[in-house]
Amino acid sequence: MATFTLPANSRVTGQGKSYPAPAGAKRTKTFRIYRWSPDSGENPRYDRYTIDLDDCGPMVLDALIKIKGEVDSTLTFRRSCREGICGSCAMNIDGANTLACTKAIEDVKGEVRITPLPHMEVVKDLVPDMTHFYAQYASIKPWLQTATPTPNLKERLQAPEDRAKLDGLYECILCACCSTSCPSYWWNGDRFLGPAILLQAYRWLADSRDEATGERLDALEDPFRLYRCHTIMNCATVCPKGLNPAKAIAEIKKMMLERA
Amino acid sequence: MATAFKSATGLKRVRGLGSAHAGAHHWWLQRATAAGNLLLGLWFAASLVFLPDLSRQTVLQWLAAPVNAIPMLLLVLSTAWHMRLGVQVMIEDYVAAPGSRRLLLLLLDLYAVAIAATSLFAILRIALGVVPGGVPNG
Repeated sequence: MATFTLPANSRVTGQGKSYPAPAGAKRTKTFRIYRWSPDSGENPRYDRYTIDLDDCGPMVLDALIKIKGEVDSTLTFRRSCREGICGSCAMNIDGANTLACTKAIEDVKGEVRITPLPHMEVVKDLVPDMTHFYAQYASIKPWLQTATPTPNLKERLQAPEDRAKLDGLYECILCACCSTSCPSYWWNGDRFLGPAILLQAYRWLADSRDEATGERLDALEDPFRLYRCHTIMNCATVCPKGLNPAKAIAEIKKMMLERA
Repeated sequence: MATAFKSATGLKRVRGLGSAHAGAHHWWLQRATAAGNLLLGLWFAASLVFLPDLSRQTVLQWLAAPVNAIPMLLLVLSTAWHMRLGVQVMIEDYVAAPGSRRLLLLLLDLYAVAIAATSLFAILRIALGVVPGGVPNG
């Protein structure tokens, strides 16, 4: 059966620590953050950090960096660009997957609860193991495949209207917010490619220059790789880039039907 | 803590046994039978509403007429087939062990065939006049 409960050693039962606001802070906010270390042998716990909003940037990532820099250097998370283009700081904030760098602290009412991306194995604290997700990405051969040689050693031209078909697809930053919000990916992520990878797959199916459309569809036509999508739409709800993976998957299904 | 040694690469695990090259037909049939259920179901409900009464005699006579018996046969086929396809999706979603999944799919096939056969047999018995009172004006 699909596993609906966490294994005993993954349940949040550990005794959390609390870090109070600095003296004199007027506007404060408390962050309740998932903590787990592979070295301690203990169950995960929530630690509470209360910070002074008047001495912190506006985004959740600003608060995380402040906590790590000034309060508790053991807090572990991924981050890089801090402007929503690298996808590193994807995590579950206030119950929904999003990027910490583009999520405003003031948009969260009450405590800000932060956990790693759901249903992923945790490396440490807010860092999930992305190995399988990246292997799934590699499996769809995310590069231009052609049989026709490059014309006169120049670039392959693409009409503006064909290029426009990639809008809403090329912007995906592979943060995995969508895939890890998808119940089908939770239950069958070992075989279901999930919304992010299927959107990327469609990005190459929709590319006027790519000549491997049939082979790509062959590889995708599978009850588990593609057809686990039941149009639940969590993917489109959470995508921090405002993309619609469910629509891309529907387009793949339409292509399957067209050639059936 | 010791980490379990994984001999397969990530890509090896993702590729697994390869694509089944199937699923499009199943997906389409599920939608086609859904449309069939909708049309035939509405017809069935409307037909019962417009019957003068719902006594055994009235319903038997209604069902015995070919113009009603044939759509009823189709309704049974469409709903049983749709049920078969839909429950298959649920089993595939939630039952991960290949052996259990295969066994449940087999039981599902048996169930779908059994209810379809029983229903079809019942309709045919009435339509072919085996049930007393089933023949129109009989």
